[in-house]
Amino acid sequence: MENFVTQMQGVPLNHYIIFCSIIFAIGVTGVLIRRNVIIIMMSIELMLNAVNLLLAAFSVYRGDASGQVFVFFIMALAAAEVAVGLAIIIMVYRNTKSVDIESLSKLRW
Amino acid sequence: MSIFYLVAFLAIIFALMTIFTKNPVHSVLYLVVTFFTLTIHYILLNAQFLAVVNFIVYMGAIMVLFLFVLMLLNLNEESEPMKSNLVKIMGAVAGMCLIATFLGAFKVITPDNEMVVGNAEIGLVKNLGKVLFNEFLLPFEISSILLLTAMIGAVLLAKKDPKKV
Repeated sequence: MENFVTQMQGVPLNHYIIFCSIIFAIGVTGVLIRRNVIIIMMSIELMLNAVNLLLAAFSVYRGDASGQVFVFFIMALAAAEVAVGLAIIIMVYRNTKSVDIESLSKLRW
Repeated sequence: MSIFYLVAFLAIIFALMTIFTKNPVHSVLYLVVTFFTLTIHYILLNAQFLAVVNFIVYMGAIMVLFLFVLMLLNLNEESEPMKSNLVKIMGAVAGMCLIATFLGAFKVITPDNEMVVGNAEIGLVKNLGKVLFNEFLLPFEISSILLLTAMIGAVLLAKKDPKKV
């Protein structure tokens, strides 16, 4: 394990920030360009994971374990979010027979 | 060091494939591969606990849940609703603008890239457990209530209404 750590010291924290923001932006793009509700939720997962990785990177570079505990809580939250979200999607599908995000536009009225 | 760049490149490629593939099932599979590359990133950071949790919870549980729902609803390429090309291009441009904004903002701030040496083992289960059950005991218990609530909510939502049927 030690050689991994010495290896990682070559990678500047800046590169982690850039990498995670690229993944986050890909997630945002996915939310914008897709109409399938399930794919939109997957893009949200992608964004959550980018943030998780950045938190872990900061935690390791600063030598503070709180960041990794926070990632653990975010994962618990994501699991809850996915369970409720997918249940809502199934319910919407049962009523409208479609997973199109436009079928939810009736919520406006 | 070069492993980081290789894995980061793979993660970006598979993330792009996730959002641009038309077939939702392929999309889920690419997302699983993306999460696997992120697990490798955790291992590279020596955050072993997070690597294992990411592997089991995200790849094992959450993605299988997505796959189950996709197969339950019987979605495939033909039934996939697509946005018009104009909206797609606008979405891609908006995403690139977001990246440009991020990069511009990060040019201004300069975090010191030095690693704090001496405690490279904070990511191990032993140390994280100590922190989790000392400082973060109350949030830990509350998160269990959150999970219970989510479970009850999911069951209530997905259950068929007995009066309707």
